[in-house]
Amino acid sequence: MHVRSMHFKARAGSALGDEVLQANLRRFGASGFALSRAKVVEAYGAAEFERLRTAGAAIRDRALATLDAHIERFEREATRRGATVLFAETGAEACDLVLEICRRHGVKKAIKSKSMLSEEAGLNEALAAAGVEPVETDLGEYIIQLAGEPPSHIIAPAVHKSKDEVADLFAAHHRQPRKTDIGERTREARAVLRGHFVSADLGISGGNFLIAETGSGLVVTNEGNGRMVTTLPRVHVCITGIEKVIPTLEDFSALLRLLTRSATGQPISNYVSVFTGPRRAGDRDGPEHMYFILVDAGRTNLVGGDMQEMLRCIRCGACMNHCPVYKTVGGHAYGWVYPGPMGAVLTPSYVGLENALDLPHAATLCNQCGVVCPVRIPLPELLRKLREQQVERRLRPSTEMLALRMWSWVARRPRLYALATRWAGRCLRLLGGASRRIRRLPGASGWTRERDLPAPQGQTFRDLYRQSKRAG
Amino acid sequence: MRVGLFVTCLVDLMRPSIGFAAIRLLEAAGCEVHVPAAQTCCGQPGYNSGDRTSARALAAKLLDEFEACEYVVAPSGSCAGMIRTHYPDLFRDDAYTLGRIERLCARVYELTDFLVNVAGLAAVPGRHAGTVTYHDACSGLRELGVKREPRALLGRVPGLALREMDDCEQCCGFGGTFAVKFGDVSAAIADRKCAAIEASGAGAVVLGDLGCMLNIEGRLRRRGNEKVKVLHVAEVLAGRDS
Repeated sequence: MHVRSMHFKARAGSALGDEVLQANLRRFGASGFALSRAKVVEAYGAAEFERLRTAGAAIRDRALATLDAHIERFEREATRRGATVLFAETGAEACDLVLEICRRHGVKKAIKSKSMLSEEAGLNEALAAAGVEPVETDLGEYIIQLAGEPPSHIIAPAVHKSKDEVADLFAAHHRQPRKTDIGERTREARAVLRGHFVSADLGISGGNFLIAETGSGLVVTNEGNGRMVTTLPRVHVCITGIEKVIPTLEDFSALLRLLTRSATGQPISNYVSVFTGPRRAGDRDGPEHMYFILVDAGRTNLVGGDMQEMLRCIRCGACMNHCPVYKTVGGHAYGWVYPGPMGAVLTPSYVGLENALDLPHAATLCNQCGVVCPVRIPLPELLRKLREQQVERRLRPSTEMLALRMWSWVARRPRLYALATRWAGRCLRLLGGASRRIRRLPGASGWTRERDLPAPQGQTFRDLYRQSKRAG
Repeated sequence: MRVGLFVTCLVDLMRPSIGFAAIRLLEAAGCEVHVPAAQTCCGQPGYNSGDRTSARALAAKLLDEFEACEYVVAPSGSCAGMIRTHYPDLFRDDAYTLGRIERLCARVYELTDFLVNVAGLAAVPGRHAGTVTYHDACSGLRELGVKREPRALLGRVPGLALREMDDCEQCCGFGGTFAVKFGDVSAAIADRKCAAIEASGAGAVVLGDLGCMLNIEGRLRRRGNEKVKVLHVAEVLAGRDS
């Protein structure tokens, strides 16, 4: 997918000015996943859930520490059960592998269940360009495919759309009377998608996890489309990142408990689909051919570096559901596949720090993400490290660096500092006037454009304290 | 108890009354308050902006100034959090200084945390006629676990009634330099906080971090709200909130 992360500031600005989007985001914030998560965690027992988070982080770390061995085992076990395991170093390579599979099996139409990796790789565009029709079957993904937009949330891709916008889209694309009732509209989409399900030659799914011991892939869905995609067409391709390979089903059971609770606040999703190999003799359903495509696309670069903990991510979206910035500007502002705190770490890591300069700074470091992450990724710490890397690589504006260095230079010289703050205090006090608030401050318009700056009380604490001691 | 007061750079420059309120409270709790004269900034602006070198230099300075104190107290969850949870990271390649830092960190407290859990302050000097609501600023809450302490102390202020707002643990959108770099996003986040404060019906919002106070007060006033006071918890407890 095209990277537009350099324009976060401008994109965030237009998001703030978009009244429909703002209304949709307010609705998401008020009734969204964060609330359901809080309830389900309370039901689970808050302390017990904290232990589960610790266990989840340990499971992910163990899997990642010996990932090469698990990948080899996965390949062996999946192959033994009749699947083909392919590897791609980049998203483009992954697209090529899928296109080759399409050619080999004469594929004209591919149905898809949610795959963030296919978004990374731009797979839909590649398929369309090669004459294969891709049809998204996750309702949210289907909506944004009709709208020609990228997802704005990793598990609720169309969360930025209102029901009216969806009604318009369906009316325009389905050529049916516009329906306002959500239930009716879902049934309409379902009927349209049924046609695609039975006529598709290829099913493309993501994989929440791949299990090394059984050579299986797993998807967690609520709509059942994942099950259709992985069993109905004659060919199934599961495409996912190499970091999703975990050793055992036992590991998965712990991660599943964390995943659905953290994502949507459900104790378990409506469907948990495990697929192991193609259809065997005597099986009633399943694809004739099954492929796994394991994609690196920047993941191994994270191993052993500052961002390694990010590889634990199980793509639940809890960080964005709790992020004040995400909830204010939505996902599209982040400019690539992954939004919110996890996106602000992943985007610079995968597409280059120099192509996403704003993202590590587009956070208040409030740590509302860190405390809900099911695998304890210290997201604010990682964002701070990315900021450090930007400074080391001289990617920050020279004025910003100069200001920081000046501040610290003066702050290390107490007499100069006392003098500077005494004068700064007086000037600001004067600027504040009788109202004691500053409405415009040159050099800090970012602050004063939309809020006042309360003026200082007058003298600095250090001056007043010295006077009080002298008087005292 | 000999307590070193880390005033914080924002309190020094913008609102000294918070520093004096902190001294009054610490003295009321029986502490001997020492205010190192050469103190300036904890280094958080540099640290959060990726400038480790600057942050480390200021951390070393603070260490020298406060090392001799039995305890170090700051009227700010954000600065106390910077010292306690982030200073060790700055010296992980210097075992000697790291040892000194770790011994210091164990004695660093946010003001209300210290008053309740270490000094055991019995009676608070302040009085406040009216209803207040409390905003849990992020660092104090999520880095230091300060939640119960300010409420326990406010509960002892004669005349004061605490009415919780919705989403009191939600960030106000300050985020240090974030508020200037992404002023419009920051103000939009602050708007939600202001709306929650207003909806609570309280006459004042009380919190423990001046950065967040400036953000909330600045946005409230720009929204045209001249009524709701924005007070530091130390000011209310010490009776310096008029």
